[in-house]
Amino acid sequence: MEIDPFIFRLSIFILSIFVGYYVVWSVTPSLHTPLMSVTNAISSVIIVGAIIAALAGSTESVFETSSIFGFMAIILAAVNIFGGFLVTQRMLQMYKKKKK
Amino acid sequence: MSANLSASFYLISGILFILALRGLSSPETSRQGNYFGIAGMAISIIVTFLSIGNFGPGFIYVLIFLLVGGSIGAFIAFRIPMTAMPELVAGFHSLVGLAAVFVAISAFLKPDAFNLGYVGNIKLASLIEMSLGAAIGAITFSGSVIAFLKLKGIMSGAPITFKGQHILNLILGLIILFLIYYLCSSQSSNIFWSLIIISFFVGVLLIIPIGGADMPVVISMLNSYSGWAAAGIGFTLENTALIITGALVGSSGAILSYIMCKGMNRSFFNVILGGWGATEQATGDERKEQKPVKNGNADDAAFLMKNASSVIIVPGYGMAVAQAQHALREMVDALKKNGVKVSYAIHPVAGRMPGHMNVLLAEANVPYDEVFELEEINNDFANCDVAYVIGANDVTNPVAKSDPQSPIYGMPVLDVEKSKSVLFVKRSLSPGYAGIDNDLFYRDNTLMLFADAKKMTEEIVKNL
Repeated sequence: MEIDPFIFRLSIFILSIFVGYYVVWSVTPSLHTPLMSVTNAISSVIIVGAIIAALAGSTESVFETSSIFGFMAIILAAVNIFGGFLVTQRMLQMYKKKKK
Repeated sequence: MSANLSASFYLISGILFILALRGLSSPETSRQGNYFGIAGMAISIIVTFLSIGNFGPGFIYVLIFLLVGGSIGAFIAFRIPMTAMPELVAGFHSLVGLAAVFVAISAFLKPDAFNLGYVGNIKLASLIEMSLGAAIGAITFSGSVIAFLKLKGIMSGAPITFKGQHILNLILGLIILFLIYYLCSSQSSNIFWSLIIISFFVGVLLIIPIGGADMPVVISMLNSYSGWAAAGIGFTLENTALIITGALVGSSGAILSYIMCKGMNRSFFNVILGGWGATEQATGDERKEQKPVKNGNADDAAFLMKNASSVIIVPGYGMAVAQAQHALREMVDALKKNGVKVSYAIHPVAGRMPGHMNVLLAEANVPYDEVFELEEINNDFANCDVAYVIGANDVTNPVAKSDPQSPIYGMPVLDVEKSKSVLFVKRSLSPGYAGIDNDLFYRDNTLMLFADAKKMTEEIVKNL
């Protein structure tokens, strides 16, 4: 019997939860705020779905109901991607060691 | 681009995202980690364009919308003051949630574009995945909006509770599950819309009973939700990058919520079901204001600290409110010139989000190797001459160790009272968020400095 591809995706998902678990415990508590802003930025990879949705319009019209939702999602996700990575960068620049 | 090739690139993005989080294990590697994250995102977006292969007018619009959103994001990122970071993160979570809802709606309206079947005949598994993604996304959105309004002070931070609240939430939760089940058999769009609307409603109801100082838990929890929403959409789109990221973010938020709950010695459900300060008010009233307090001024404080050999600073949310971090750093610089050894002690739930105090101190150029977590520094209070408590309250209350009747009994606290003298900067004797009196105020070795955190610190700098 063939294995449903869903099972493969589920395996990736569950293994990633474990990876996330160990990686996040190793994050130093002083960087928990940047951790939140960077996770926020990377979860905006949902923009992939938004782009597919936006480009799914028919050849006659770029803007259909479904693609309009796609375009709106692109704006939201883009705010997050740029905002999230840049604000993380700004925060991380501030963490400095003692000058000896 | 072939589906296999693009899937491999999505996997690479996923790995880069893992490395981005890994980088945060120390400040030195963190900046590099952020670049990994950016690279992963760029790969995902470019691969998506290449695999669709449609560079018509729609593509131009996508680029325009991307740039519009990007510019707004960049503008916010550069302008936002560091003290506003909790609101910013809550706001950003709401956007992820809403984007997930929009993508799910789009997939529901045009399933053929995503290879999910046809309108009225969407594959069962895809339907379950997209409705879960949409429901969690909608809860994340409305919940984050409420958290944002509370943090920003537009809405009162006080818990809003009413009778039957938990039962209502339970019923709505069951209705959501029922609607998903019904949607799968009927494929009806009305059911889909009702599902989303009810989920928006649940998000609001979940967050309104939670008070201001419990915000660290809420923000972490919403962080986690935004991850699960992304993962739900990832399953719908069969996209590895999205599934990996969703799992990472989901578990990251869950761990942060756990750490925050442990920092308050409360269970997750206890926080989510709301109102700590509201219910325990009575305990504080019984023994009120009879004991004398020692009242000091900036001059006394400066004298004490100048002659100390070691000082530990305990910052809390009050420091953020008063924006006192820069004045504090100046004070520490002056003390160091006098040969005083200074370090900072951070309680896990100080502030309004995980790591809030650390960012503010970093902003004020405090080197991160002078800043310590509770477990690292708690034993040092016994050998320290002066503890300078600025804007913290409940996290220093010795009652948590001695009085089993107290609502905060068992909560890990900073052993501030063990230092030779304690300087407590506070505007009045009013209790903190937990609604209980702080025993520390009435100790012999405590000197109360009644003033605004920033003004008092500036005064002390002048007197040093």
